[in-house]
Amino acid sequence: MDATEIGLWGVPLAILGGAIRVSTPFIFVSLGEAITERSGRINLGLEGTLVFGAMTAYAVAVMTDSPWLGLLAAAAAGLCFGLFHGWICKFPKVNDIAIGIALMLFGSGLAFFFGKPFIKPKAPNLPAIPFGAWSDIPQVQAALDVNVLFLIGAALSLVLWWAFRNTRAGLIVRVVGDSSDAARAMGLNPNTVRLVATGVGGALAGIGGAYLSLYYPGSWTERISSGQGLMAVALVIFARWNPLGCFAAALLFGGAGALGPALQSVGVTQGYYLFYAAPYILTLIIMIATSSPTRSLAGAPGELSITK
Amino acid sequence: MTDRFMLNRRQLLKTSAAGAALGLASASFPISRAFAAAATVGFIYVGPKDDYGYNQAHAEGAASLKGVEGISVVEEENVPETVDVQKTIESMINLDGASLIFPTSFGYFDPHMLAMCAKFPDVQFRHCGGMWNKDKHPMNAGSYFGYIGMGQYLNGVVAGHTSKSKKLGFVAAKPIPQVLLNINSFLLGARSVDPTITCQVIFTGEWSLAVKEAEATNALVDQGADVITCHVDSPKVVVETAAGRGAFVCGYHANQSPLAPEKYLTGAEWNWAKVYKMFVDDLIAGTPLPNFTRGGLADGFVKMSPLGPAVGEAARKQFDATLAEMMKGGFSVIKGPLKSNKGAVVATEGQAFAETAIELESMDYLVEGVVGSTA
Repeated sequence: MDATEIGLWGVPLAILGGAIRVSTPFIFVSLGEAITERSGRINLGLEGTLVFGAMTAYAVAVMTDSPWLGLLAAAAAGLCFGLFHGWICKFPKVNDIAIGIALMLFGSGLAFFFGKPFIKPKAPNLPAIPFGAWSDIPQVQAALDVNVLFLIGAALSLVLWWAFRNTRAGLIVRVVGDSSDAARAMGLNPNTVRLVATGVGGALAGIGGAYLSLYYPGSWTERISSGQGLMAVALVIFARWNPLGCFAAALLFGGAGALGPALQSVGVTQGYYLFYAAPYILTLIIMIATSSPTRSLAGAPGELSITK
Repeated sequence: MTDRFMLNRRQLLKTSAAGAALGLASASFPISRAFAAAATVGFIYVGPKDDYGYNQAHAEGAASLKGVEGISVVEEENVPETVDVQKTIESMINLDGASLIFPTSFGYFDPHMLAMCAKFPDVQFRHCGGMWNKDKHPMNAGSYFGYIGMGQYLNGVVAGHTSKSKKLGFVAAKPIPQVLLNINSFLLGARSVDPTITCQVIFTGEWSLAVKEAEATNALVDQGADVITCHVDSPKVVVETAAGRGAFVCGYHANQSPLAPEKYLTGAEWNWAKVYKMFVDDLIAGTPLPNFTRGGLADGFVKMSPLGPAVGEAARKQFDATLAEMMKGGFSVIKGPLKSNKGAVVATEGQAFAETAIELESMDYLVEGVVGSTA
């Protein structure tokens, strides 16, 4: 009996567990968007890619009985969406934000259309690694069941952070994002670089969707995303286009999102709507605290249509 | 507008054809029959219609009408509780010729459905939920609902026998009367087994938020709740998450036992097929549709899922006995002496509210033993 009573410890534990469980889609979508925006384009369509990725992963996992094939299919579908966005945006006078919104609606609609027959069946889930096995408290074990995708996301943010600074590919993406003219003078084709960057970004968003439908919450429904793709795009600005910042911001959002249910479960029941707003209030506070009247957004790629 | 004109012209042609065949004196009879035979019924859902939950329960009811002669069914899913529903209603009336509309979600009623009632006085509207009041609302509107709180009481009876930690969990969407009655009924059912049982409630604030529902379920299990039920649009996520954490679950809206066959105890389900058939029979017969429709287990509006393999003998016995009692009618879940969890008296000694009591439809409290707050 006592082993199951953890009382107020449930709150920090839930925030930790929530940060790990909820943040993974945010990590992948925001890393993908960071790559795209670093190359000078904004792809607002990642919400649609996320939903379509969730549907594709679930459908393929149901049909082949393998969650890994589902993951692969979601990444491929995301890649297609990203390449499509990148291809349309290379034409002159095309607005990348408008195309993104169109693709967001298109991706969700297409996912609902193809996803109908897959709401009922049950797909195999992606495996988790029980890092909590050392503890004999079931709550701790549950909170520390970490999905492999979370670890991949963490590693990826580190690799991207390093690659943007130290590799040729990273520098190419950055120069294209900061100045098309400079890139052309170097003999680079900005459109090709942006096409690849948007494609990779889409593939990562597709993986984020696969996490939603194949691990947590772990089922395909049309309401699975509830706007997480859009929030992740906003996180990129919040994180100042820094991959490590994206990871931290995703953790913060995941943990803050777990606060509301956790507080209610220990009996803090007044004002739960306010607790649910915690992630957004936190965002506002950090944005205001780090803003400056004397300089524009630090780290913003110069070619972005919002900073031009 | 073109469609309306076409419809009129078609009716005109029918009328003149009938008039020619049968003579002018009997012409009105075939017209009204022709109209009834072409009756179209519209259903509007707030979410996808195969969500293992609220919308699926309604869609199954709508599907049962598809075999009824002379009735065609039009449906639209994923309609938000905004001005969008007004557009959907207008297109169902103007383009499909619907003469009876069921906007099934709670938030459609005021102001959206009421606005449409005023705009289309010849069309009948019946809203699922408890809000129609004959002093305030037009006569072409109405409401229907089932006493599903009784089902949650039965869920509670089984949960009370099954729980070892004596703590139950409830994932709820919004603190509206129907939800509060379900939470209270669930706890009181469990307390009929053991009066020390408590129930922790978590409100998610929305009818369908998959990730937050999963978080809420995890938080409840973390705090030791070992039987979980819910009142959200799609219990799929709650059922799967709770079963995944090793807790037992009681279902809601529809039968979720395929999602967790070992952990599913029983569930309170809607049986809308019966209700919709009743309305449509009235429509075909040409009798006025009732404005205020209610029913419970005995009327066939609500049913229980078959008991799962984890339900013990004692639970099964009390479940059957309570169900038999309810089928007789007049069973009261809320009966005195009973206090709210803030200490206010909600029923004095000897006072009892049967399922039909209209007071229950404006419930604004959680009873003693429920850990949670309505605001």
